[in-house]
Amino acid sequence: MDVLKKVPISEQDAKIRATNFEEVCLGYTLEEAMMEAERCINCKNAPCRNGCPVSIDIPAFIQKVKAGEVEAAYHIINESSALPSVCGRVCPQETQCEERCIRGIKGEPVSIGKLERFVADWALEHGIKPEKAKNKIDKKVAVIGCGPAGITCAGDLAKLGYDVTIFEALHEPGGVLVYGIPEFRLPKEKVVRKEIDNVLSLGVKIETDVVIGKATTIDELLEEEGFDAVFIGSGAGLPKFMGIPGEQSNGVFSANEYLTRSNLMKAFKEDSTTPIMRGKKVAVVGGGNVAMDAARTALRLGAETHIVYRRSEEELPARVEEVHHAKEEGIIFDLLTNPIEIQADENGWVKGMKCIKMELGEPDASGRRKPVEIEGSEFVMDLDMVIMSLGTSPNPLISSTTKGLETNRYKCIVVEEETGKTTKDRVYAGGDAVTGAATVILAMGAGKTAAKAMHEYLSSLES
Amino acid sequence: MYQITKTEELAANIYYMEVKAKRVAKSCEPGQFVIVRTSKDGERIPLTICDYDRVNGTVSIVFQIVGGATQFMSTLKEGDHFVDFVGPLGCASEFVHEDIEELKKKKILFVAGGVGTAPVYPQVKWLKQHGIDADVIVGAKTKDLVILEDKMKAVAGTLYITTDDGSYGRHGLVTQVIKDLVEKEGKQYDLCVAIGPMIMMKFAAMTTKELQIPTIVSLNPIMVDGTGMCGACRVTVGNEVKFACVDGPEFDGHLVDFDQAMKRQQIYKTIEGREMLKAQEGDKHHGGCGHCGGDE
Ligand SMILES: Cc1cc2nc3c(=O)[nH]c(=O)nc-3n(C[C@H](O)[C@H](O)[C@H](O)COP(=O)(O)OP(=O)(O)OC[C@H]3O[C@@H](n4cnc5c(N)ncnc54)[C@H](O)[C@@H]3O)c2cc1C
Ligand SMILES: Cc1cc2nc3c(=O)[nH]c(=O)nc-3n(C[C@H](O)[C@H](O)[C@H](O)COP(=O)(O)OP(=O)(O)OC[C@H]3O[C@@H](n4cnc5c(N)ncnc54)[C@H](O)[C@@H]3O)c2cc1C
Ligand code: SF4
Ligand code: SF4
Ligand code: FES
Repeated sequence: MDVLKKVPISEQDAKIRATNFEEVCLGYTLEEAMMEAERCINCKNAPCRNGCPVSIDIPAFIQKVKAGEVEAAYHIINESSALPSVCGRVCPQETQCEERCIRGIKGEPVSIGKLERFVADWALEHGIKPEKAKNKIDKKVAVIGCGPAGITCAGDLAKLGYDVTIFEALHEPGGVLVYGIPEFRLPKEKVVRKEIDNVLSLGVKIETDVVIGKATTIDELLEEEGFDAVFIGSGAGLPKFMGIPGEQSNGVFSANEYLTRSNLMKAFKEDSTTPIMRGKKVAVVGGGNVAMDAARTALRLGAETHIVYRRSEEELPARVEEVHHAKEEGIIFDLLTNPIEIQADENGWVKGMKCIKMELGEPDASGRRKPVEIEGSEFVMDLDMVIMSLGTSPNPLISSTTKGLETNRYKCIVVEEETGKTTKDRVYAGGDAVTGAATVILAMGAGKTAAKAMHEYLSSLES
Repeated sequence: MYQITKTEELAANIYYMEVKAKRVAKSCEPGQFVIVRTSKDGERIPLTICDYDRVNGTVSIVFQIVGGATQFMSTLKEGDHFVDFVGPLGCASEFVHEDIEELKKKKILFVAGGVGTAPVYPQVKWLKQHGIDADVIVGAKTKDLVILEDKMKAVAGTLYITTDDGSYGRHGLVTQVIKDLVEKEGKQYDLCVAIGPMIMMKFAAMTTKELQIPTIVSLNPIMVDGTGMCGACRVTVGNEVKFACVDGPEFDGHLVDFDQAMKRQQIYKTIEGREMLKAQEGDKHHGGCGHCGGDE
């Protein structure tokens, strides 16, 4: 074995997986995990840990894996993370924990994410549950939104003994984990549902189908329903469109709609009652993780699929692993290309997209080279479907119905960074609702920070 | 789970249901809607709120069978449950927030087409409760499809019924009645609210534009989440893109791009579904209600 390299992990063959919704990455076996764990040199100051937004004690759990004590490893991870099976799969490890790993200086870093996934999957399979609070605290906390931020905050407060209720607008808990990220990257029944159930088993109550701001407001939760504090983890779900001519044509979807139909409503299954359009030739506009997910979904539903992105490969905001997987599966990348108009037939259906070629100019304020149009380079792509994946912003439903809750010009809720405290008394917030679209683990980190601050605040009150 | 406390078949393929949904009943206002699911794997079906009882915590809906989901829903009986019943969604009708004294000075005309009678009802009822009598036109294809007549009569100023085939009330389309009332019968209106199939709202809005009556319509584009997350429901109103589920569903009828909205409603319409409607409606099928996309 070459200690400079990660123990390879098995994946479904690209040709086969391009036609199904089964998970791409198959995970380590116990032997493989123990072998990979051998590569960790158990650094004293563990730089990897500083790269993890929830500070999992990485060397400690890896030492347990090395010894084959998987259950003990799980409990170490669970002290810091409520959703390790999820994070082991979708965390951008290469820019977090693994980026700081000492092993990475002269070779490949330890495969921390894959080891975390192995441990957490093992715990799910063996029915190991997190430990419940021993004492109850007679205080009620409301959590709005059941995405990673809300789940983490609720779980941490429940572990301390609080009476926690989550209010979720959709019919299924999980936020982006259930409606956005596809099955082939993050299995819903096997992983997401089970990990959420683990958190709920700590005694957290959940009311689905409740849209805060409509069915009831934060003020009513605090004044009438007897909640002592509120955490807002409502995410950033409002999709952007380009505003180009023809964007309202039939066959133009937001990535959110396309993914929600496929993931939340299971439209990819033949027997689903929710319809989804199966294009023949599809363009996905954008270059982030969401664009990759939408493109790989369209491909699996039988389309020739193109990613249309206005900068070059280097600037693609998606994870390298996702771009690599997408290419392997046969997604075609049309880079340095920007749509300017969507063309429709006489019945209003998409038939093509007019694009213009771009080149990279001088770096802009963000340091990225700014794409500029190449005059006269317009061309038309023949298509029957376009998916817009241009990013999302927080939904104004809550901010517009809550007095005294300040937001910034991006509609993000303003909070004190160290505590998650908003400008409104007894109200905290975190995750995408505060930062704009970010990552699962950052949302979880924010949920943790707020839970700690809420506990400090609530314990300071006379009961 | 949300228990169905009452069901009634109002007309062929049109059903009324009362559902126990405390949170919705507590906070809903006229103009808003709910999204329901009949089973764990079911579709999310948007339906306008037709009535509510804050004391008993019930909400009423009226729906027409148009496809698989509504077909299955029609088999549900008293005592059965909806798995999901989310709401209230969307914005309340604008007049709910208006100054009552100002509102009392206005003459309001409601125009209801077919199942659109159901969403009109709570608005007329709300006005009645606030001391305002509004006129109501109810249009249906034929006598048997006139719904909620007694309820509506109890809350409306004057109720005008018209049928396409003249089998009941006046003879002709609602647009004709609007014209007749204003041009021949000396009525004056400061506001019109028209709710029904897209095609009817389009023509009603064209008529009121000629007559210079400000007009509100309630759009029913395809929806998924109903919370502003997917953009399926986007419509163009006065050259601006709006999400009907959060910005609407009520908009200025003179600014809505109806032709686009009608096309967008067809996105998931299959040839199969069109055939089903044709079979169901028999000789009443005219292919122009906005549900089937029309016959080519
Ligand atoms: C397609 C896609 C792929 C992604 N891939 C990755 C990835 O690979 N790795 C990664 O780290 N991150 C990824 N992300 C980003 C990541 O999923 C998000 O950053 C993260 O989910 C944010 O968590 P959250 O808890 O703040 O919000 P969300 O997950 O958005 O959850 C918010 C929840 O609040 C609910 N809600 C909203 N408004 C209300 C209301 N008024 N009342 C009640 N409930 C409400 C919503 O329905 C939702 O369930 C991806 C995102 C998408 C869309
Ligand atoms: C805000 C709003 C309020 C509504 N209120 C009522 C009401 O009070 N009573 C009533 O009978 N109907 C109402 N509708 C329409 C109703 O939601 C659809 O008829 C129903 O979803 C069709 O489902 P289906 O599976 O039976 O038919 P399908 O076979 O799926 O579709 C039949 C037709 O309905 C349209 N449709 C399908 N799904 C949707 C959807 N999610 N949203 C909108 N249209 C859709 C399609 O364009 C198609 O033309 C409303 C729709 C909206 C958006
Ligand atoms: S949660 Fe994410 S960042 Fe933290 S150790 Fe796991 S993979 Fe690394
Ligand atoms: S930095 Fe790498 S080698 Fe060091 S403890 Fe962390 S994972 Fe192990
Ligand atoms: S229904 Fe999804 S945004 Fe309106």
